[in-house]
Formats: sequence, structure tokens, C-alpha cells
Amino acid sequence: MTQMTRETLFNLAMMAGLILFPLWAWIADEPFMITLATKAVILALAGVGLNLALGLGGLVSLGHAAFFGLGGYAMGILASHAQSYSPILETPFVIEGTKSMPVIWLTAIISSGLAALAIGALSLRTSGVYFIMITLAFGQMLYFFAISWPAYGGEDGLSIYVRNGFPGLNTLDPIQFYGICFTVLTIVLILCARLAKSPFGLALNAARQTAERVETVGISPYKLRLVAFTLSGMITGLAGALFADLNRFVSPTMFSWQTSGEIMVFIIIGGVARLFGPVVGAVIFIALEHLLGGLSDYWHIYLGILLLLIVLFARGGVIGTLAGKENAHD
Amino acid sequence: MTLLTVDNITASYGATQALFGVSLSVDQGEVLALMGRNGMGKSTTVKTICKLLPVTSGMVCLSGQDLARVPSHKVARLGVGLVPEGRRCFASLSVIENLIAAARPGHWDEARVAELFPRLSERRDQSAASLSGGEQQMLAIGRALMTNPRLLILDEATEGLAPLVRQEIWAAVAKLKRETGMAILVVDKSLRELGQVADKAVILQRGEDVWSGAMAALNDDVTNQFLGV
Repeated sequence: MTQMTRETLFNLAMMAGLILFPLWAWIADEPFMITLATKAVILALAGVGLNLALGLGGLVSLGHAAFFGLGGYAMGILASHAQSYSPILETPFVIEGTKSMPVIWLTAIISSGLAALAIGALSLRTSGVYFIMITLAFGQMLYFFAISWPAYGGEDGLSIYVRNGFPGLNTLDPIQFYGICFTVLTIVLILCARLAKSPFGLALNAARQTAERVETVGISPYKLRLVAFTLSGMITGLAGALFADLNRFVSPTMFSWQTSGEIMVFIIIGGVARLFGPVVGAVIFIALEHLLGGLSDYWHIYLGILLLLIVLFARGGVIGTLAGKENAHD
Repeated sequence: MTLLTVDNITASYGATQALFGVSLSVDQGEVLALMGRNGMGKSTTVKTICKLLPVTSGMVCLSGQDLARVPSHKVARLGVGLVPEGRRCFASLSVIENLIAAARPGHWDEARVAELFPRLSERRDQSAASLSGGEQQMLAIGRALMTNPRLLILDEATEGLAPLVRQEIWAAVAKLKRETGMAILVVDKSLRELGQVADKAVILQRGEDVWSGAMAALNDDVTNQFLGV
């Protein structure tokens, strides 16, 4: 059996697990388990976004929480204005809040995409450790901006009393909300898989190996990476909007560098540049948080040990170890 | 019609000057051999043409357009296809992915590259890193052709390859010249093979062009003086 087939089988098994576990929880009347699965799926989506830049493009961004937070605040601002019946903007034209998920998602995608375009345009002029630092700096700038923005809760954050709506579905029902998040993740995974095999994805992959060779075939590595970084930010922003909807709460923590680090940890645990790497990583993260969090407040120590073991002994992450290590990053 | 004009260029690696005045020209449909001993500036000249190294003085023109302010990826888009020294395929991509990543609209597509190098179609889904040296060279040429260049530059394309594979590469170059009329700049040391495909030659010594003329005019005196060991 080839390594590719093994990875595909593993991915299919993972998808089956993501369908069967919440179904079991629904049948067993365990809504908390469905919520845990929803959280895993949303964090996986954030990881899939970062994996596009990190895995395919080799862009080690420590500022993706900026887009996660922007998506969250897009939801928070629109929903809070809708619930208070106050317009966001009155002059020169009126912009009302909304409780419609599709509109919120679109706003989150556009706002995080524009931010990623601007941040990427500046950050991608650097590389290596400077790129890491500049993306971290942008993330922290937005973090401190959110803290000092009293109109939307400042440091305390912003609560939304009722989950936003999706046409034809009851989003307050955990299994239905899970269904929405799972569908979004599936669509994004399919798009990312297609993107990775498209001329754009192949050139991005090639540019990660050597930018000069890509230039000699007429492609600007800067533009390639900027597009990838923007798409990556859009996906992470969408995850942020869903995460805020799950918790019905947004706070500056969504912008923090710890959030950026956690998203990166999902990818490293699951497997960098593996399509399902962030999915596996997010599931393991949530499982550890749930299983070990009850035993100790310091459960992150165990996560740290796991991360160490993976970095030292399983460079391809869980997927690389189980499904074969043939990957440029391993 | 002159496609590429290199006019008295100089170039440096940091503080070390590598080119001290190189001039050459390649006409449409012509094959130019760029020759010289090791370290005489052949690959540096290629890098400056492709804008991978800045020209400090002099001029590089493609179809009369000065390339001074054109970035390297745009030079490739204007029609300069480079097969770099040391092959340098995209190692983690498969053969077909290497070709797709470089593809630009035009005469050359996957089928035509496969026709030129049937071995590549046999290795279609194989990782470029797992190919033999000769196959990687074929892939590097195929990838450059996929950009549909007007000028193909082969930098030491046969270096380190087995004699049979070298023959295949030279046969492909001859076929390109014969059937497509593509302008080709070849950097190589194989005088005999160059003599069969090149129309004219330029010899570099210590970063300067010291001889240029028709390939047929390259006699033993010149080769002994500038190319002998």
C-alpha cells in the first residue's frame, strides 16, 4: 500500500470520526461532547488556514491570531449592534448590525482578508525570524487595540446573548451548529486540497523550497506568498467568527500571541503541510484539554511534553508517523 | 533579427567583480555557445541576463527592450527560459507537477515535452528528487520549455551526465533548433557536440569576452589558447 493511500485512508477515518463522535454524543444526549467536537472542528479550521501559509508556503506566521480575532470581532460587533438595535454607522449611510451567520461570515472573511493583505504586503518583504517577529508584532498591535477599545468591551470582551442564525437551521441546537461548522471545515478542506494541486499551489510549494528557481519560470514568489497569506488569513478569520459564535463571546484573548501559538501547535502535532494535520492536532488538543484539564490546571505541561516528543521523534507529526513520512517538511 | 543583446556588462558578487565587460548577441533561431574554462564568468553572465545578479554597468536587451529595471520573474515572462546549472528541479514535486507549476500558455505543453523526452512521461508521477541526474536534466529543460520561451538558456546542461544521456540531451537541443527555430544560448564545455548545434560562439576569459565568431571559425589555435587545460 502506498504512503499516499495510507494518508488518504487516515484522512477518511478522521472524517468518519468527526461524523460518528457527535452523532454518538447526540444519541447519548451528551451535548457537552458535541460542543467539544464543535470547538475542535472550529480550531481545526483555524489551523487549516494557517497550514496554507505555513505548510504549503513555508511562512511561519506568529500573528494569525490577528485574523482569528478579527473574525471574532466581526461577529461580536455585528451581533452586539443587532441585539441592541443600534446601527453601527449612521452617517454618511446607515449600517445595521446583523444576526445572520452568512452575512457575518462574509464580513469576517473580507475584514480578515483585507488585514492579511495589508499585513502580508509588509511582512513578506522580510523573511525568516524577521517575518516571525513582524507578524507577531501585528497580532499584538491588534490585541492591545482590542483591549483599549471600550466601545466593544475593552479588556472584558463582548457577550452575545443569543447565537446567530442560519437560514433553515436552529443554531441553538448543538448538533445543528456542529453540522454547520463541520460542513464549513469540509468545504475548506476540499478547497485547500484542490488549491495544493493547482498550478498556484504547486508554485507556492516550489517557492517554499527555493524562490530563485520559481522566479526563473516567470513567477513572483512575493505575489504567490501574498495571495497564500491572504487566503490563509480569510480562512482563519472565518474560524474566528465561528469560534465567537460557539462561545457567544469575544475578547482580546482571541488576538493574543498564545492563540497564534496554539494554532501553530495543532499543525505541528498533526503534521505540517498535511491536509488533515491541523484537524488531528486540534482534536488531540481538545481531547487533552478535556481529559487532563480535569486533573490539573497545568495540563499544558503534558501538551508541551507531547509537542517535544513529536518535534524530536516524529517530525511529520501524528499523520507523518502513522501514514508515512514522505513530506518535504518531515 | 537580434533577440538578445548583451552590451559590455560588468557584474560583481559583493566586493568581488566577476564580469569585466562581456558582449554577445543571439539572433532569432540561432544557437550561441558560451564557452570558457571554469570560473571565467559563463554562469555569471547567464545570471545577469536572467537578472538573478544585478548588472553594474552595460546593458542587457531582449528584442530591443532594456532589462535594467525588469525583475527576474518578468524577464522569464518576456521569454527567457533558464535551465540552471546543477539541474535544480522542484524536488518535492512530481515530474508532472514540476511542469504544471511552470506552465504558461503557448506552443509547449506537457504532451510536447513528453514527445521531446519520452522518459519523462514514464516517470510522470514520480518525485523529481527520485529521478536520475539525466532525467532531472530533461525535467529542467522541460520545465523551462513549459514557460514557452523565445530564448532558451542551458547552463552546463550536460555536466556530470553519462555519455548516453548526454547524447539524448544534445539530440533534444538539435531537435529544438531544427523544428522550432528557438534561439538557444548554451553554456557547455563539450566542443564536439557544440560544434554540431551551435551557429556561433563567444569565449570568456577572466570575466571578459576574448573571442567571438562563427562556430566554424573556431580553430585549434583558439581552443588551445582559451579552452585548453
